[in-house]
Amino acid sequence: MVRSHVLICGGTGCTSSNSTAIMEKMKAELEAVGLQDEVSVVLTGCFGLCALGPIMVVYPEGTFYSRVSVDDVTEIVNEHLVKGRPVKRLVYDETLSGDEILSLNETGFYKKQHRVALRNCGVINPEVIDEYIGADGYQALAKVVTEMTPEEVIKCILDSGLRGRGGAGFPTGRKWEFASKVQSDKKYVCCNADEGDPGAFMDRSILEGDPHAVLEAMAIAGYAIGSDEGYIYVRAEYPIAIKRLQIAIDQAHEYGLLGKNIFGTDFSFDIQLRFGAGAFVCGEETALMTSIEGKRGEPRPRPPFPAVKGLFGKPTILNNVETYANIAQIINNGPEWFSAMGTETSKGTKVFALGGNITNTGLVEIPMGTTLREVVEEIGGGIPNGKKFKAAQTGGPSGGCIPASLIDTPMDFENLIAIGSMMGSGGLIVMDEDSCMVDIAKFFLAFTVDESCGKCTPCRVGTMRLLEILNKITDGNGEMEDLDRLEELCNYIKSASLCGLGQTAPNPVLSTLRYFRDEYIAHIRDKKCPAGVCKSLLSYTIDAEKCKGCTLCSRVCPAGAISGTVKQPHVIDLTKCVKCGACMEKCKFGAIERK
Amino acid sequence: MKKKLTTIPFKGTQAQEAQLDELIAKNKDIPGALMPVLQGAQEIYGYLPQEIIRHIALGMDKSVSEVYGVASFYSQFTLTPKGEFAVSICLGTACYVKGSGKLMEEFEKELGIKAGETTADGKFSLTDTRCIGACGLAPVLTVNSDVYGRLTPAEVKGIVDKYR
Repeated sequence: MVRSHVLICGGTGCTSSNSTAIMEKMKAELEAVGLQDEVSVVLTGCFGLCALGPIMVVYPEGTFYSRVSVDDVTEIVNEHLVKGRPVKRLVYDETLSGDEILSLNETGFYKKQHRVALRNCGVINPEVIDEYIGADGYQALAKVVTEMTPEEVIKCILDSGLRGRGGAGFPTGRKWEFASKVQSDKKYVCCNADEGDPGAFMDRSILEGDPHAVLEAMAIAGYAIGSDEGYIYVRAEYPIAIKRLQIAIDQAHEYGLLGKNIFGTDFSFDIQLRFGAGAFVCGEETALMTSIEGKRGEPRPRPPFPAVKGLFGKPTILNNVETYANIAQIINNGPEWFSAMGTETSKGTKVFALGGNITNTGLVEIPMGTTLREVVEEIGGGIPNGKKFKAAQTGGPSGGCIPASLIDTPMDFENLIAIGSMMGSGGLIVMDEDSCMVDIAKFFLAFTVDESCGKCTPCRVGTMRLLEILNKITDGNGEMEDLDRLEELCNYIKSASLCGLGQTAPNPVLSTLRYFRDEYIAHIRDKKCPAGVCKSLLSYTIDAEKCKGCTLCSRVCPAGAISGTVKQPHVIDLTKCVKCGACMEKCKFGAIERK
Repeated sequence: MKKKLTTIPFKGTQAQEAQLDELIAKNKDIPGALMPVLQGAQEIYGYLPQEIIRHIALGMDKSVSEVYGVASFYSQFTLTPKGEFAVSICLGTACYVKGSGKLMEEFEKELGIKAGETTADGKFSLTDTRCIGACGLAPVLTVNSDVYGRLTPAEVKGIVDKYR
């Protein structure tokens, strides 16, 4: 009989730091002590706390081990699993209170979280359908096809107030309603798993940790709109997600949960995988469908909307992975359960990918309306290295930067748009005082210039011109009039671009201009980068008082710009200096200053 | 992103061609199959040489310009052969904020090539990549399938030496 479960995180973050080898070693060690039948080892999806990976949790105690290495496995087996003594040096320190080991739910990172879309991630083995079924999986699909009419399903989703988690926040039920009313011999259900926002990885974690939740929801959507075929468009860069999706589809077929006559009814539904090939614009719905059709992933004008004319010219609905991950639970628990969470206009929870200069990087799921301060300070554990919070960027290349003065903003769809950012897919990058906001705007613009598909002029040419003006400013050649030019051009691009990519591309520039205008002015008027990032505006000098004349700096300088004799203060020739900062890194006396 | 065409002559084997023809035959009549065929062809050859683009166009009954249009649109498709060791550095936001731009500079210095290029001996290629979703390990890079996380520029030389 199994008396203990060892859960090892098999998400991409932990797999990258060797969790598969840890699992193999664990199995071998258990066999060596003859415990293979008493302790079950499970490779799960992402736990969310990626900063501490690789992660291992031992149940029934719920001991949370962090940063485990292959060399630690023997000790965990011998001490914990054989003798029942947890290996304290590996236990996540926030769960340690004196001699007691606390539950994970009492730690700062997990306390305020409410897991709906991520409920099975880090709990079940995603490669075994029975574990999903054991967690009430496919109950919603059974209820839908045997007890409910398509109209009732749509009404349930409408009443829940669920809005699309992929970016724009369009009510999911409305989308389904449109498609259900169109008469057609063929309709499609698509899943957008082309998570392109750099810094967001919640969709990947759901696909890796709970793939059946997406399959079940797509089948429910198929029943609601009258479709028998679905496509999942998933990034080729997510090999683990692809593998587990394929396993899930095969197992669902085997169990008769996909395919012909599901649950003995007339309803049939099948799902195919298609792989994206690295084009950010394919996150846009019409571009994604064009890509599934095997063409260049360029968007097309709407109307006609996909609900009328979508994939292969047929009525199609497209929802994002996280949206689908909520569906089965809304059916099971009722729309009131879902709409009780969140704010007036934004119901339910949202998963954010917390990254950048923050202690607890990882995935967090919180009720809509949680403030940014709670996320950064309590769940995120604050900014490391004693630095100050400067801004948070949400919504990726389509979003904006939220300054410290707005840290108490409750985060929902409307509030984020009101302060010039947007929810987007839920990337949340925290920046400390060492980040230059002009440089960040430039970073996102370089991204959109690269990813603009080139179909419409405002986006193709406009974003390039924006980037050029930003480069001019960070090179120290900016003029005050450039700020007006930036704003004017941003507004043109926003109003004239064909698709969401272009319409939101200026947001990083507009929001930094709005909240960090003084930084732009410092670059233009004083020719200084206050954060010390923009190279052309930096100058390195040696403080003669502190310099001991050790000659280390002059030896590492790649440009031969530093001169001086031994034990005498050295000098940097600014005309030769290439501003690489090598001298500053090497100096043991802190004598080199960057201004 | 502008794609570079290669000047390295194409060397394909009969076995590779047979594999490709089988792939084309299997997908020819499926709607929207061009992308999966290109993805499969890149797996067979490691990149998409012009000769292969022409071959696929013929086999799929499409124009060369249409196939080339698709191949050049998506960043996953490469028209130049990759190095024996493909270094890709994540320049996603989380990694960028944590200094992956500096890692890129260091690799460019160490290998003597720019992003998107391959060293003359064909040993290393250097590319930037979008978020690989391992943001907890930022800044992160991959060399073929090995993942390196939480890096500083000082560690770059050691990584390159491992593969030299």
